[in-house]
Amino acid sequence: MIPLGSVNIVLPLLVGIPLLAAIATTVVDSRRWRAGISVTFASLQLLLIVLWLVTLQHTGADAAYRYVLGGWNSPLGINLVADGLAKVLLLITAVLVLVLSIYSAIYFTDPAKTTRFWPLWWLLVTGLNAAFIGADAFNIYVALEMIGLAAVALVGLAGTRTALTAALRYALVGLLGSLCYLLGVSLLYRTYGTLDLAQLATETQADPMTAASLCLISIGLLLKTALLPLHFWLPPAHASAPAPVSAALSALVVKVSFYLLMRFWLDVLTPATTELAMNLLGILGAGAIFWGCIAAFRAQRLKLVVAYSTVAQLGYMFLLFPLVAASHSPSSITGAAAAAVVYFIVAHALAKAAMFLAAGNIQMFNNHDTVDKLQGLARTQPLAVLTFAIAGVSLIGLPPSGGFIAKWLLLNVAIGNGVWWWAIVVLGGGLLAAAYIGRVLHVAFSHPVAQTIDTDNANAARHPPGGMVLCALALAACSILLGFNAEWILNLLDASVEPPIPGVGGMQ
Amino acid sequence: MSQEMLYCAAGIALFGIGMFGVIVATHIIRKLIAVNIMGIAVFMVLLATARHGAVTDPIPHAMVLTGIVVAVAGTALCLWLALQIRLLGRGTKGEPPR
Repeated sequence: MIPLGSVNIVLPLLVGIPLLAAIATTVVDSRRWRAGISVTFASLQLLLIVLWLVTLQHTGADAAYRYVLGGWNSPLGINLVADGLAKVLLLITAVLVLVLSIYSAIYFTDPAKTTRFWPLWWLLVTGLNAAFIGADAFNIYVALEMIGLAAVALVGLAGTRTALTAALRYALVGLLGSLCYLLGVSLLYRTYGTLDLAQLATETQADPMTAASLCLISIGLLLKTALLPLHFWLPPAHASAPAPVSAALSALVVKVSFYLLMRFWLDVLTPATTELAMNLLGILGAGAIFWGCIAAFRAQRLKLVVAYSTVAQLGYMFLLFPLVAASHSPSSITGAAAAAVVYFIVAHALAKAAMFLAAGNIQMFNNHDTVDKLQGLARTQPLAVLTFAIAGVSLIGLPPSGGFIAKWLLLNVAIGNGVWWWAIVVLGGGLLAAAYIGRVLHVAFSHPVAQTIDTDNANAARHPPGGMVLCALALAACSILLGFNAEWILNLLDASVEPPIPGVGGMQ
Repeated sequence: MSQEMLYCAAGIALFGIGMFGVIVATHIIRKLIAVNIMGIAVFMVLLATARHGAVTDPIPHAMVLTGIVVAVAGTALCLWLALQIRLLGRGTKGEPPR
């Protein structure tokens, strides 16, 4: 255990702050107060994380931070741990939570909806933070369930039949996934007699029981991450939720289960993994890239386009496993492939959140989001279309953007290890992404037809308030700025990297 | 020892039956019951794990208790959603609720 410094209290606070916000927003009885409290807590959380990271950089403290709750150490008590990977994800979560809280404060005007939205929203954030810093397999299960239940309820908040059906399917898939995960964890406990991830990592052997539990844990987490054959629930759920919820689901929630997959495959249960299984995950990822792009190109509704694009972008993350298998690196969770994928996660989170918010603004303005009826949108809603285009640049991976750097890092690892076919997948996916984003922009920039203004819809349609437009634009701008300063994210990860990341040096 | 193994094997078999039910069943109530069977199967494995000869390990018991709370919350949420879909479906001529 690292000596307790004054900053060490940060880890329990990261779970405590959102939990407190959930309670405060439940107790308070006014829409303004609820929004005010939420934005305050979100700012506090971001400030805390930024100060903490800056302090760590200055003091040069150890890479992994461990907090022992109540002084009970690991076999019995609950520990919280943050390594470089978790720090990056905590930071991006705090940034997005602040922007999305501001957006939601303007988006939800109905007082009845805000009573339900804010507590659920903060429970979701609690679950996210707890999952990132959880140090034992069972606490991660609890965090996953918290995220799952809050996310389902948030999807259902839209109240339409489509949204409720999507939420119900999401709930069943979520329960199925977490039960598979729990059975895997039970088998691990049976074999090794501990739930602590660090202890498991030292004791794991390549026996059939461990392989079986890795298999169950992976199936559970893949269901929640929506990798290709298991992606069926994602597009309806992400497309029918309210705009800020869609943004959080696509940008953060699916990343949690991917982060845990990374943990279990590359860190905890590594002896039980095989090269064949890692390549299989990569092939499924490649399939997800192509199928997701094609489905996004053919989707009728704008939010479905964005949701299918998430399926495709999740595919890139799974290229991590074959790249790690090819590099034979001993510290694979801190290696070059992992750094590339973490960078990709951050770039995608910013771009996808911006895109969903822009789609939400467009839907609010038109009261529909049928892609073929969006002619002339570039003239009526220039800022929303600009946001969509900027986020699109990052998703395609054009320079200068976060998406470009992420893909560049992936290409570097693929070519550096002589597995050029994965480089073709990365490049091909970029071209396909350009196709579906180009289709939306083509319609938006074409001349309006006479009857675009639907008289039925005209009454319900309204201009999105300036704050909402600005939130979306700010996130899109961040996704571009990320490309100009690639160093600091890699530095955050660097804290736990012993050898310098090959390939990154040549780029800066 | 063999009794404990028997419980564990039965739990895993039950998990398989539950998973089959979730995938095959079409009615939402059947699906939910199947999910609950899966949950009980995991609890059985955990309880079988808790027994080490004469002493009993409390950690799996704590896990089962937490698991039960989660299962109740999840089931309640699913039932509420199913009920809302049913109520919404009554007004329109939509397809029968699943």
